[in-house]
Amino acid sequence: MSGNQTVEAFRAELRGWLEENCPQEMRDGGMSEDAICWGGTQWTFSSPAQKDWLERAAAKGYTVPTWPVEYGGAGLNRDEEKVFHEEMARINARSPLQSFGIWMLGPALLHFGTHEQKLHYLPPIARGEIRWCQGYSEPGAGSDLASVQTKGEDQGDHWLVNGQKIWTSYADKADWIFALIRTDKDAPKHKGISFLLIDMNDPGVETRPIKMISGISPFCETFFSDVKVPKHQIVGEENRGWDVAKYLLTHEREMISAGGAGLSGGGRALGAILAESAGEEGLTDATLRADAMRCEIDALAIGLTLERYKDQSEAGQGAGDASAMLKYMGTELNKQRHELLMNAGGSDALEWDGPLGNRAGDWLRTKANSIEGGTSEVMLSIVSRRVLGLPG
Amino acid sequence: MCRGVYWGFRGRDMAKLVMTEDETMLADSARGFLDSEAPVKALRDLRDAGKTHDAALWKKMADMGWAGVLVPESAGGSDMGSAAANVLAHEMGKTLVVSPFLSTAVIAATALRQVSDARAEAALAKIATGDVTYALAVDEGSKFDPNAVQMTAKADGNGFRLSGKKQFVVDGGLADRLLVLARTDNGLSLFDIPADRAGVTRDASNMIDDRDAARITFEDVEATGEDLLGTVDQAMDVLRPALQAGQAALAAEMSGLTAGAFGMTVGYLKERKQFGIEIGRFQALQHRAAHLWCEIEVTASAILHAGRMLDHDPENAALAVSLAKARATATAQLAVQEGVQMHGGIGMTDAFDMGFYMKRARVGAEWLGDYSYHAEQVAALRGF
Repeated sequence: MSGNQTVEAFRAELRGWLEENCPQEMRDGGMSEDAICWGGTQWTFSSPAQKDWLERAAAKGYTVPTWPVEYGGAGLNRDEEKVFHEEMARINARSPLQSFGIWMLGPALLHFGTHEQKLHYLPPIARGEIRWCQGYSEPGAGSDLASVQTKGEDQGDHWLVNGQKIWTSYADKADWIFALIRTDKDAPKHKGISFLLIDMNDPGVETRPIKMISGISPFCETFFSDVKVPKHQIVGEENRGWDVAKYLLTHEREMISAGGAGLSGGGRALGAILAESAGEEGLTDATLRADAMRCEIDALAIGLTLERYKDQSEAGQGAGDASAMLKYMGTELNKQRHELLMNAGGSDALEWDGPLGNRAGDWLRTKANSIEGGTSEVMLSIVSRRVLGLPG
Repeated sequence: MCRGVYWGFRGRDMAKLVMTEDETMLADSARGFLDSEAPVKALRDLRDAGKTHDAALWKKMADMGWAGVLVPESAGGSDMGSAAANVLAHEMGKTLVVSPFLSTAVIAATALRQVSDARAEAALAKIATGDVTYALAVDEGSKFDPNAVQMTAKADGNGFRLSGKKQFVVDGGLADRLLVLARTDNGLSLFDIPADRAGVTRDASNMIDDRDAARITFEDVEATGEDLLGTVDQAMDVLRPALQAGQAALAAEMSGLTAGAFGMTVGYLKERKQFGIEIGRFQALQHRAAHLWCEIEVTASAILHAGRMLDHDPENAALAVSLAKARATATAQLAVQEGVQMHGGIGMTDAFDMGFYMKRARVGAEWLGDYSYHAEQVAALRGF
């Protein structure tokens, strides 16, 4: 069979499987926050269908379709992955599972982890059994992430970890944390950090949610007091954690930017959404319509850029520091989109749980997009130095 | 947050959004030729000599196969497709190359290929050898709008009589032939007539980009059925693909001029010293340059995609083409404005090349539909 026939055979097989296994209730696109299945030991399924969908998808490796089969994935190549997403979108299927384990730790482990680590940590992520959070930022290490101070003292068979992390998303709901820990305080700041995996149930780990302007508390402070972390829970080499951190950040940035490019809207035009919410007369506000057109053009072009970079990386053409560019462009766009949605909503958008649901909360949440995972200004500085070669 | 839903913008059998080896080789060889034959200085020299066309240069380009890039092999062309034409246009844009490439090799060739008769085949053969140049006469007001055409082509015996006025006919001052859009009894029709036919008066426009364009008056100009390109009242069957190919190639040319202006600007940031250090050390300028690079990268995707759509799925290329032209227009205008500002006073002088880039960007922005025109196309195609 030619490559194309193979892919089409896969499509037919997948279509049949989806028809049989994706519950009707899971075919609504599932865009709202409470439609997401995050998994983990604390997870409560919102419906039996959500549980069935996760279990069936995980059994086929479809929660992490591109991961190798032995680590819980389906081993799909790029063409098959495209088909997978097309077929999922065709029936408007919800993603069976989403998590930082899938988006961030998984890619880092696949790249830097030992075979044993992959076998141990990846399948529970793929099955939605273990939920991970990210311990990067600290009160004194925001944009200057490499200045983290949370320390790990060498105690022979383990590190003794003490310090504080902040903006740890969903730390209060997570089972494990991947964290940047200073294991050599005398080395230059980038060279004394290790990437450690820590069980949130260990004695000495404590979390405290932070109430945000959007009214919810997705972020936490996480405290470590004399936490013992066994030596085998390190990813990559000791004091080389910055390499892992940077690799993971590129995945995080691409993930955040994909959200911003409107790819999450199932390809629906912003203007169409605005027109719909404006009622029968359609989008008559000329200024809003013009802004929406500009936003739509940018969203389509950024979406194509994501595609182009994927195609380039598959073709072995280095895309350089593409993730910084995509993160910057995607998040700035997403903020604009939500500003327009608020403009379109008028006073209906000003009530918590008002006629437009959580539109205000969603709008406020987007303000973090250009801060988390590296601010827009940090992204521009990365482009300036690494791509344009401007003097530091 | 990523909701994990991928959205397939492209058809699944589409070629990938990566420059092929052939395209990279074409770009490299074009660059080599243009750097020696048509640097920006060539435009300056032409301007200083009061000329808007370099016939010898166009002949050399034709000899290299560029004039026939969209001409079928049966008519002596190389038939490389829109993506390849865009690669050439991009390279020409980098050094603001003066040539009738877009009007003749892209727009006229695409229009003629929609018609399968011996006359069109002969015309295509002459395009490929560089022996005929064309200009497209559509605009009648200050904005591009083919549907607003008022010029008439009244039925007269077996033929027509054309009367009306056109403006911003790019390459129209010197072209051998004109493609003219006119209103017939029940729609629009496209005519292919020699520019020197009785009743045609050409008034060369003194354009800011120093290129050829004209205002043209048609007074009772005779056209036969032979001069009709395609079917009467059905101009868009022929014109739409020609416009789309032209708009995509113009977008590519504008991305080339953007790259040229941006390269000069980044180079200047690394050299120019003020307050004792290179101005590229100032974060205010670094971030503006970095932002511009991001916009350039995003626009490049839209242009590559438009070429792929025109070559692989032309029936559905309208959205991709308007997206490319809109993005290319906005990015080019940003690039030249930032270019002048970051160069400071020297960027304002005629002796420095940045001004040529700014003026060409302005003309390119208007030609074949400005940002607003293409934004409206996108809005219509995206359901609002």
